[in-house]
Amino acid sequence: MEVYLDNSATTRCFNEVAALMTQIMCEDYGNPSSLHRKGVQAEKYVRYAKDVIARNLKVNEKEIFFTSGGTESDNLALRGCAYANCRSGRHLITTQIEHPAILRTMKHLEEEGFRVTYLPVDEKGCIRLEDLERAITGETILVSIMHTNNEVGSLQPVAQAGALIKRMNPKILFHVDAVQGYGKFRIYPKKMKIDLLSVSGHKIHGPKGVGFLYVDEKTKIMPIMFGGGQQNGIRSGTENVPGIAGMAKAIETIYSNLDEEVDELYRIKKAFVEGVRKIDDVVINGHPDETGAPHVVSVSVKGVRSEVLLHALEDKGIYVSAGSACSAHKPQPSATLRAMGISQELLGSTIRFSFSIFTTMEEINYTLQVMYDIIPMLRKYTRR
Amino acid sequence: MFTAFLIKYAEIGVKGKNKHLFEEALAQQVKYALKRCEGEFKVTRTEGRIYVHALSDFDYDEAVDNLKTVFGVSSICPVIHVEDEGFEKLSQTVVEYLEKVYEDKHISFKIQARRARKNYPMNSMEINRELGGAVLAAFPEMKVDVHHPDVMLHVEIREKIYIYSIEIPGPGGMPVGSNGKAMLLLSGGIDSPVAGYMIAKRGVKIDAVYFHAPPYTSDRAKQKVVDLAKLVSRYAGPVYLHIINFTDIQLYIYEKCPHEELTIIMRRYMMKIAEMIARDNDCLGLITGESIGQVASQTVQSLAVTNEVCTLPVFRPLIGFDKMEIVDVSEKIGTYETSILPYEDCCTIFVAKHPVTKPNLNVIKRHEQNLEEKIDELVQKALDADELVIAKWE
Repeated sequence: MEVYLDNSATTRCFNEVAALMTQIMCEDYGNPSSLHRKGVQAEKYVRYAKDVIARNLKVNEKEIFFTSGGTESDNLALRGCAYANCRSGRHLITTQIEHPAILRTMKHLEEEGFRVTYLPVDEKGCIRLEDLERAITGETILVSIMHTNNEVGSLQPVAQAGALIKRMNPKILFHVDAVQGYGKFRIYPKKMKIDLLSVSGHKIHGPKGVGFLYVDEKTKIMPIMFGGGQQNGIRSGTENVPGIAGMAKAIETIYSNLDEEVDELYRIKKAFVEGVRKIDDVVINGHPDETGAPHVVSVSVKGVRSEVLLHALEDKGIYVSAGSACSAHKPQPSATLRAMGISQELLGSTIRFSFSIFTTMEEINYTLQVMYDIIPMLRKYTRR
Repeated sequence: MFTAFLIKYAEIGVKGKNKHLFEEALAQQVKYALKRCEGEFKVTRTEGRIYVHALSDFDYDEAVDNLKTVFGVSSICPVIHVEDEGFEKLSQTVVEYLEKVYEDKHISFKIQARRARKNYPMNSMEINRELGGAVLAAFPEMKVDVHHPDVMLHVEIREKIYIYSIEIPGPGGMPVGSNGKAMLLLSGGIDSPVAGYMIAKRGVKIDAVYFHAPPYTSDRAKQKVVDLAKLVSRYAGPVYLHIINFTDIQLYIYEKCPHEELTIIMRRYMMKIAEMIARDNDCLGLITGESIGQVASQTVQSLAVTNEVCTLPVFRPLIGFDKMEIVDVSEKIGTYETSILPYEDCCTIFVAKHPVTKPNLNVIKRHEQNLEEKIDELVQKALDADELVIAKWE
């Protein structure tokens, strides 16, 4: 049995997405900038995608910019806005539990003379609004907070944060990295006071190598790549038409039935959490219930190194992620888990299970059974 | 501009009656290395040297890079060869050659003619003198120096005339295949690929064995070892890599023997298994990357205890090397970057905090008796599940 429980890393592409992309790559392969019919036909796909996304977010089509994925969207948002607004101030705010696409970009901006505040989180992996309020200064130009944490699935109070930021200073830009949250939640930037929103295609059963950045039309932003001036000059380069159309198709499919899908994910999460709790000496990190993301469960299994558990599960056809990539030579404990104050002992014993709408209850029961079988065996052989 | 290479070899030259076997092996390896290159080549053996003639356009840098990986080659000389169209024409060619190859003409030179075709109308001394005169006339800033010239310009008169002045050092050693075959214990580390390289350099063909321990080691760790075998095969030719699942044996030792002796007992079983595979595959020795004192299992006492299980000779080319010296070679041969990828290998997963450094053979043997019940069966099972990968540089 093959059980794929690593959907926070990437997801299986929907068949209809792959079919549409094949059609575009093999038949409707024109360049949307070309003046002839073939180009117009390709442009239609891009317009279709903008239409789908704009409706889904309840925003204007011209506020959608296609990118190569979550990392580029984050880079464009942070660097594009930091450079364009640096005359108003050089202070940025983010959290300690962001994806490296945010954290490393912030580090780079620090080297370029910006000052960055990294908000701490509580033991469940959530920021506190008081901390945000205290961090904002007259110099602050941008706040970036993720919607859903990728490692433990904690949900950040983005709507409240948006309201708070705009109440304190409407000029401060608010960026949300929604790579893990989009496709699980309805996100309406205008209502939530979000100026920039990053989304990736392959986390929502779309293709890899494509994503988008929503940019509120009033936002001052400059490009970070230069070229042919496509997409209003904000993101040059021939549009990835098959990717863009494929992502839009995936969004349509997911959101056409979102409530039922999310209910099912929570049902799966609940069953899994209950099953895992039957194992001795395990800790579930973050929110094990409906206050956390529906698709992520982070489990620390005392006395078993995450890499070993990962490969033992792999041996039984179950694919998961190590919550913190550790090896004997190069320990790289996860920033998120550390920020949550997880003990050193559990840091290297943390596994992430992440579900999708393809996950079945049968797969969950099988996974639990395998864990019941192998964990006692693995605990028997540990480094003494 | 170059149309051929003259391949020079050193050590083979002093061999006796079996010299032709070495030369044949070298020609084979040269052909193998050139197969990876763009263009077509013809490899010929004549009068104690090997010529590579380009039959088509080729990429000079690529050809040289690949020839530099052939053990047995002491140097590679890029050559131009021309028809004999009289001495006048030859002088002209030599002048053109110098014009193209040496930008700065403020150099000293010497002409070294060799008249292999004795019916050529001038003798070597005359050729040297006349060509020297022609060169000086063309480039007045050049100087003759017969003792320590900057440029030694060789002119060889055979059926055709060969001109060369550049010698690119080769790796030395002896051609792979001229000296039997041995089994390399390949881990994911820095040392073992270097050990394999060094033994291959002496003309030994290499097979390899890798012990992996899923789920404690990952598929990536295994892929890393396959990649290392490929890098070694760039010099050693195709490497037959045997992958042995060691998990059950390791866990059994862990269960039955004192923890601080785990590594040394594991090493003994690895050597035993390696030797069994070696014998089945016509290998005449084992190769390890051990170096005295590097880790607990490589103290002289530990090496003696490990060595005791083998009857085949164990070659340890790095035995007297410091770590930095090994790193230098691994960087030179291009295995270092792969070796330091951080995947756990099976020697480190259960390693004790204080493993024995001075094991006593009698004590180890007594503790190994705890394994009697199941170990033979486990070893057999591991051998039966041997996974063979042929690692080839392409």
